[in-house]
Amino acid sequence: MNLFLAVAAQAAEAASAPAAQESGNLPFLIVGLWVLLLSIFVGFEVIQKVPPTLHTPLMSGSNAISGITIVGSLYCVGNDYPLSAGILGLIAILCAMINVVGGFVVTDRMLGMFSAKGGKK
Amino acid sequence: MISMTSVVELAYMASSLLFILGILKLGKVKTSKQGNLWAAYGMALAIGATMLLLITRGDWDPRPGEWAYQSHALAIGAMVLGSAIGWWLAVKVPMTSMPEFVAFFNGLGGAASMFVGLAEVPRAVELAEKAAEEAAKKGEVGGWTMSGSGADFAIAVMLAVIIGAVTLTGSLVAYAKLAGKLNKSRIGPLGSQGFNIVLGAVCIGAGAWGGFFAADPMGLWVSNGLLTLGALLLGFGLTLPIGGADMPVAIALLNSYSGIAGMTTGFILRNNLLIVAGSLVGASGIILTQIMCKAMNRSLTNVLVGGMGESAGGGGGSKDEGYTKVKSTSAEELAAVLDAATSVIFVPGYGLAVAQAQHKVRELAGLLEKKGCQVRYAIHPVAGRMPGHMNILLAEADVPYEQLYELDRINDDFKNTDVVVVLGANDVCNPAATNDPKSPIAGMPVLTVWDARTVVVVKRSLASGYAGIRNELFQMDNSLMFLADAKKALEDTITELKAL
Repeated sequence: MNLFLAVAAQAAEAASAPAAQESGNLPFLIVGLWVLLLSIFVGFEVIQKVPPTLHTPLMSGSNAISGITIVGSLYCVGNDYPLSAGILGLIAILCAMINVVGGFVVTDRMLGMFSAKGGKK
Repeated sequence: MISMTSVVELAYMASSLLFILGILKLGKVKTSKQGNLWAAYGMALAIGATMLLLITRGDWDPRPGEWAYQSHALAIGAMVLGSAIGWWLAVKVPMTSMPEFVAFFNGLGGAASMFVGLAEVPRAVELAEKAAEEAAKKGEVGGWTMSGSGADFAIAVMLAVIIGAVTLTGSLVAYAKLAGKLNKSRIGPLGSQGFNIVLGAVCIGAGAWGGFFAADPMGLWVSNGLLTLGALLLGFGLTLPIGGADMPVAIALLNSYSGIAGMTTGFILRNNLLIVAGSLVGASGIILTQIMCKAMNRSLTNVLVGGMGESAGGGGGSKDEGYTKVKSTSAEELAAVLDAATSVIFVPGYGLAVAQAQHKVRELAGLLEKKGCQVRYAIHPVAGRMPGHMNILLAEADVPYEQLYELDRINDDFKNTDVVVVLGANDVCNPAATNDPKSPIAGMPVLTVWDARTVVVVKRSLASGYAGIRNELFQMDNSLMFLADAKKALEDTITELKAL
């Protein structure tokens, strides 16, 4: 029970702290949700028009973009994270980088087949 | 004076723009290669800007204390190694195994998001230890929960781990299924809907515990460990029941998950670029999923539960002998039929990919074109094992994309066509879909190949396709069955045609 109360007090303190820092600014959650809303909309608009011929390259290209978590994993190797988090971060970097490079190169190979043919005609 | 943070934020904005414009260009055949390049530039810019920020801010300085290590060196080393592996795989993969490698790369994207989420656990543990120490000094009992960094933070960590883990194992299952290394729909209790619900409940329970209640190191480790394990198993369980021919849907959906997982890490690290890029990918995956489902006239739930393959598979497989008036044909006859034709449409299916016969089709088509015959290809949206699979396969064999026709554009033309050659496709040209309202595939848009004067079906056997449904096309008056491997059949036909 003691532990619970202590945690509750900590949480209340923590909850008020960021709000004070961000005085006048919106909390990130709200900004993030705005960004999310608008980019989902952009995503739907941009992708709806892609012809079936390009579905596979679109998928593998966007797959490479999903490797953007590379940015997140670079932060995790920073020294404000404990060592064990850094190790997880390194694994994340490895995975994300395979995804990014592999994804873009494979997509380029696929698209090369389309354009090589376009050149001949 | 603009701060470094603002400069990096502007770079992130530019890279978001490059992603959006890149995808926009990727959507047109002429500019698609450039679009992919732009997206890659966007990625390079994002990585470069992040490294600049971390180095100038001192995040990557050597740590003080006994376990000091060089973050720069390790991070860059991991990046170089990852790039090398990615490059090597991408260059080495044959075009025919593209579906499984797209699934594999996708799984790694999910894994990265999962690890980024999990990296927050040791930090929370450290904070919990500190809080306990400080409280102990005052003679109190203390702790720290993840929600201390904000409820949104705790929820984002939970979602990143769950979605990332499901993407990872789900993609690995998809990879194994596509590579033909796995064809089970169950492994023990894994794959049953009931067990998936249990796993889902475990994830949510462990996630809530780990995010909002666990305040001591032990609780944080156990809850998040349980969360990870549950989510990894859930990925297996969700993807196992999905049948081979439904893989286009599964891959598109998993692609969308990897984007959503990336987006949630944006809420963990409070980074807008991750949110933008993640949701772009999420949206693209969802749209492709929708298109694939529509092409099969099935709901997403139906595909996910995997009902059709399971229920019809048992009864349908044994119906081989049901065909009574099948007319067989040979390479010689097919060559003669093609020689007399002025218009031919090829209908490729998964069998063409398995036989790797795309170059032979192209060769045969070339011969026919020389004779003044009009050659076209009819592509069903779900032919093959991933969205656009046939297009990429035929592109590899240098088939001009102007000759590829979608269902809507070609269906009216079958009746004016002399010969249709169906190559390893089955369910996508089954008349039951339009004629038999009781058929499991009733209402699915199909290629109406039977309208042509002659239909030649090249297929290894009379066995039913994935849907386990009898195909009346095989014994229609105007159809001929050529029971052979697609590549062999085409090779023989080419030889015969040259001899004519």
